[in-house]
Amino acid sequence: MTTVLESLNNALYQALSKDENVILMGEDILSPYGGAFKVTKGLSDTFPGRVLTTPISEAALVGIGTGMALRGLRPVVEIMFGDFITLIGDQIINHAAKFNWMYNHQVEVPLVIRTPMGGRRGYGPTHSQSLEKLYLGTPGLRTLSPSFIGDPGRILMDVILNGHQPVLFAENKSLYNLSTEWETLRKEFFIQEIHPKNADTYSPTYVISIQGAPEANLTIASYGYMADLTRQAVLELAYQYEIFVEMIIPSQLSPFDYPEIVRSTKRTKKLLIVEEGNLTLGWGAEVVARTIESLGSQIESIRRLASEDTPIPASRPLESSVLPSVESIIEAARSMV
Amino acid sequence: MASIVDNTVNINLYQRLCQIRTFEETVLENFPKGVFFGTTHTYLGQEANAVGVFDTMEPGDIVFSNHRCHGHFLAYGGDMRALFAEMMGKSTGVCGGRGGSQHLQWRDFYSNGIQGGILPIATGMAIAEKKKESHKIVYVFLGDGTLGEGVVYESLNIASLWQAPILFVLENNRIAQTTPIEQAIAGEIRARFEAFGINTEELDSSDVLEIRDRARNLVKYIREQNAPAVLILNTYRFGPHSKGDDTRKADEIDSIRETRDPLIIHGARIDAEKKSQIRNEMIAKIHEAFEYALADPFPIIEKNPGGLFSVGFEGQR
Repeated sequence: MTTVLESLNNALYQALSKDENVILMGEDILSPYGGAFKVTKGLSDTFPGRVLTTPISEAALVGIGTGMALRGLRPVVEIMFGDFITLIGDQIINHAAKFNWMYNHQVEVPLVIRTPMGGRRGYGPTHSQSLEKLYLGTPGLRTLSPSFIGDPGRILMDVILNGHQPVLFAENKSLYNLSTEWETLRKEFFIQEIHPKNADTYSPTYVISIQGAPEANLTIASYGYMADLTRQAVLELAYQYEIFVEMIIPSQLSPFDYPEIVRSTKRTKKLLIVEEGNLTLGWGAEVVARTIESLGSQIESIRRLASEDTPIPASRPLESSVLPSVESIIEAARSMV
Repeated sequence: MASIVDNTVNINLYQRLCQIRTFEETVLENFPKGVFFGTTHTYLGQEANAVGVFDTMEPGDIVFSNHRCHGHFLAYGGDMRALFAEMMGKSTGVCGGRGGSQHLQWRDFYSNGIQGGILPIATGMAIAEKKKESHKIVYVFLGDGTLGEGVVYESLNIASLWQAPILFVLENNRIAQTTPIEQAIAGEIRARFEAFGINTEELDSSDVLEIRDRARNLVKYIREQNAPAVLILNTYRFGPHSKGDDTRKADEIDSIRETRDPLIIHGARIDAEKKSQIRNEMIAKIHEAFEYALADPFPIIEKNPGGLFSVGFEGQR
């Protein structure tokens, strides 16, 4: 079994092997430690001098990566916890993401910023958030988020080697130990892989339904670890409640381009959006807005499921109560159909 | 004391000082006429810094400049018509009118209008060039006001740790917009850089030759040692921070102009007739660049200006 973590680690290894311009930087990423979540494990042994441990200076780190990218390298920066991306806001918004357009396309910034997001580990309010929502819609920034499905490593490797613009690569921590094997999934699910028109490297949107199920009567859009919870909920919804779902799972969150959500919702007339970031002004809000702009009164029902608008508590029962779960997805779906 | 140089060199340096001075005067003179859009931060009084420092530059070296970038851009060799056009928002501008006064990119010259944010980027550029063994170095500019930004110190720390071949040029004009350094900076400025173990030199001069000589020593060190250095230039700006926002007393500025004008100081080395010839030629060139830029077209409005980044659902197209 290959886990998401191994897949990402292998992608970094492959990228470093294939292009000597690839450089990894981050806090505590050297062997034997290999980063707080071990995504960079072992890499500094094989590529000394190209895997650099840094001071606790997230803003400078992203700035240095931007400078390297402007001068022809392909840097990958690890931000130890996604919560810390608040510290790199100026570097992303006023620098890395602006340069290509502001300088009239005279430069490119192929910079990848990887970071683990999400809760369920009891790390509490400042180490459990899904903050990618803060950056979605930033002009010039691409945001990718792998899920249980497909090949997370391929998404990462392709953007490191072939990307043209700054990328925020949000990895939900709960994904790391999941398997990336497709074969068992394919027995159960019919999986279509669609490539967004606005993606310049591999970052498919998946359209998934249960093999042989009747036509779907609900569309659920989700990404990251929420896609795995949705998968579990979808099975139960089908077998227990005869609610048949078409799942839409993008791996590119922004630029925002999900014609599959519109197409699916046009058929099912019902759309549920599941995300781990907090509800207000989140990813789901934009999905709702765009879908309604497209379909208007053809939609019968639309709902968002997200984390509560509170900080994420440390205590396990408290934390569980604010994050979406398989049960809350089932409940939301049942309320709509 | 500045080194003795021959007359051709002196004349060339004077021409470059005069170019920046006349360009910036033209900018301030024409702003009220409404030909420029947005704002500006002129380099009046600080001309010798860019001209002196860049006299140490070799082809392919990199510059990252800040909001007060016109002087740096012109001293780097940037085109006056393209700069005027950029400030007017014309399609012939340095960045096609997208950036305006503080956001320039041409060859290996870059500028951005965020205080301090450019320092890690310039540091990253220097580290990249070192890794590529290109032997290029980076010049990055900051002002006294920028010393309030935390990312400055993150950058200095890493530049020193990783021995980035970069010259940090601090232009201390003693006032940040309207706030004098006494109200913004605790302790010694120089000590802030030395604390990171970076080779730091300080100069209180508006003499282009002195500045050039001091920069030359540091640049030689950077190239030989593949390590960072800091040049603190204590200087004066004659004009407002932007336009009409100078809170200093008129007699204070008058006395600065008398004692610290780079054109007067360096001009003393050149005969009066030659100076007036240089000045007249420069006025004519700048007038021509300005008129061309004025006649240049505005950018064509693209329906989809975001290009790659612009999206919409198919149903709406």
